[in-house]
Amino acid sequence: MRHIISLLMQNEAGALSRVAGLFSARGYNIESLTVAPTEDPTLSRMTIVTSGSDAIIEQINKQLNKLVDVVSVMDLTDGDHIERELMLVKVRAEGNDREELKRMTDIFRGRVIDVTDKTYTIELTGTGHKLDRFLQAIDHALILETVRTGASGIGRGNRILKL
Amino acid sequence: MELTGAEIVIRCLQEEGTEYVFGYPGGAVLFIYDELFKQDKVKHVLVRHEQAAVHAADGYARSTDKVGVALVTSGPGVTNAVTGIATAYMDSIPLVVISGQVPTGYIGEDAFQEVDAVGITRPCVKHNFLVKDAKDIASTLKKAFYLAKSGRPGPVLVDIPKDVSTTKVAFEYPETVNIRSYHPAQSAPAEQIRQAAQLLLSAKRPMVYTGGGVVLSDASKQLAELVRLLGYPCTNTLMGLGGYPATDKQFLGMLGMHGTLEANFAMQHCDVLLAVGARFDDRVIGNVAHFAQVPRKIIHIDIDLASISKRVKVDVPLVGDVKHVLDDLLGALRASKQKPDAAALKDWWQQIESWRSKKSLAYKYSDEVIKPQFVIEKLYEITGGDAFVTSDVGQHQMWAAQYYKFDQPRRWINSGGLGTMGFGLPAAMGVQLAHPGSTVACVTGEGSIQMNIQELSTCKQFRLPIKVLALNNRYLGMVRQWQEFFHGNRYSESYMDALPDFVKLAEAYGHVGIRVTKPSDVEGAIKEAFARKNDLVFMDFQTDPTENVFPMVPGGKGLSEIIMAEDL
Repeated sequence: MRHIISLLMQNEAGALSRVAGLFSARGYNIESLTVAPTEDPTLSRMTIVTSGSDAIIEQINKQLNKLVDVVSVMDLTDGDHIERELMLVKVRAEGNDREELKRMTDIFRGRVIDVTDKTYTIELTGTGHKLDRFLQAIDHALILETVRTGASGIGRGNRILKL
Repeated sequence: MELTGAEIVIRCLQEEGTEYVFGYPGGAVLFIYDELFKQDKVKHVLVRHEQAAVHAADGYARSTDKVGVALVTSGPGVTNAVTGIATAYMDSIPLVVISGQVPTGYIGEDAFQEVDAVGITRPCVKHNFLVKDAKDIASTLKKAFYLAKSGRPGPVLVDIPKDVSTTKVAFEYPETVNIRSYHPAQSAPAEQIRQAAQLLLSAKRPMVYTGGGVVLSDASKQLAELVRLLGYPCTNTLMGLGGYPATDKQFLGMLGMHGTLEANFAMQHCDVLLAVGARFDDRVIGNVAHFAQVPRKIIHIDIDLASISKRVKVDVPLVGDVKHVLDDLLGALRASKQKPDAAALKDWWQQIESWRSKKSLAYKYSDEVIKPQFVIEKLYEITGGDAFVTSDVGQHQMWAAQYYKFDQPRRWINSGGLGTMGFGLPAAMGVQLAHPGSTVACVTGEGSIQMNIQELSTCKQFRLPIKVLALNNRYLGMVRQWQEFFHGNRYSESYMDALPDFVKLAEAYGHVGIRVTKPSDVEGAIKEAFARKNDLVFMDFQTDPTENVFPMVPGGKGLSEIIMAEDL
């Protein structure tokens, strides 16, 4: 099953490679991994999207907790949570396609953030699923380039990951 | 007062009470060696290869309850140390390894003798540090010693660039250490302790299975109390030998791939299992599904949460320091009105005795050729079971584990997890330095000993009277055994051709060498060797090349699918 694991870790050189190394050394899946500093400059927050049996997910959580640089771990999928991912898509936008692509972007509540005479760059946020659907909805041949951040997640309401 | 980084390193070691540093100098650590030279509190042991430095520090740590310390230079110094570090990591041995690094300004430029030490050791250390500022040396070393020893112990590497070792800063050694992300468990919740006690007392076919955690936690006294209080059978893993007295009648011997029939059968057929500081690894439970065929409740005491339900599902986890948890568990057992089921226990012991009566460790003595088991039996007799025994890896390791009965912890020193050939001799150096008056034997083979034989030179320099018992069967015996059983007798590259004359080799290093070819000479040779209190004696026993280690649970098989010597 797909799990989204959030963790707080020391904002130190090498912390990211300890987490990435753990996943590769023990053969765990990484679907996506994002990391950035938090409002507390000594901490970084990482979101890892992974998949595996319950036993493997349990081991992943335990092994992450065991890393000395990892301060706190939360499996967001254990409860209510919100997941968002940002995607930028550069598409060929000429002739009739310009109108169609703009319309589709509006339907998916995206924005065109860069325009040239031949291209649009579209910004879209949502769950990974929604971003996949957008890519399916437009003409595949028009896609020049895509870039996705990978999922970030946060617990709903009182579910808070903080020191 | 301002000190250089190098001075601070030595001052920190002094503050930690470090008795010995095992190391090898080089460009990046020259300033640290200069400071070592200027003082005499911390003694340095010059090895002949960095791998041996780490193994020696490891042997020192295993045989005491202290942190072993090694010091190596950058580049090849670090890469040579990696095998030693990984060995300690797999067996949870507390080490601090200090490595030199190229100056900070050169890092990343492919400088001479540069290697990414932190990167290359990351998967085989508990934690590691690159110290980029001399101001951080003291606090980093304090953390390193604390991390190495606390919780589930392990090796910690501290990488110090050369320019950092020359920078002058104010020195103050921190008295305490606080790492906000690191809080090893001490004791388990009272409710779980109570549940565990109740489960233990309800057992019809109980079993106590203990590992290296008992030794590391110095909990053998508590373990013996608990096992005797309950009257239950006890087995030790390879790493746990000595954790429970081997000569006690409640001890069933070692379990696992080369464990006794009674230990493996009792493990398979028990209804309540108490696992203490052991991790159900593949050499103990080769086939998890087969093990699960017999329903049983499992209580698992371990300091590492990640060890719980990793391979085998656990019913009552008790996460904490083994000694602490056993104390609490003993308290709960004594407080309980319930007593063990005497009738069920009697039947269980009868069953166990019938397994034990099969004498799974019996072997055929020969007048013609030396049986390796016989050498270990004689070693046990002659040393009164009181020696520190280190071993290398292979058949000789298994025979030493099977036939030397360890009654005390920290006497059996071997590379269990990583299985590192070349471990035995350097580990014995660390043990002998830690216990200068004690008898230290290194049981090895002609294959393993050649992986760090250069350390005979270190032994000469530091006058270490280690007794080396090489079970020389002219084969990489364990490889040969598997080739015989599983590869159609095709002995691919397992014959050790062109062996050196070990007697002459020992003599060339300034030691005493004895070659033993006849069974009738074994006892005399061992007696003579151990009578030489001040000499390193290298005993080259020409043993039976066809002898195999039995019993054997083949890889991936269930515990009750054990093969005995007479089965073949």
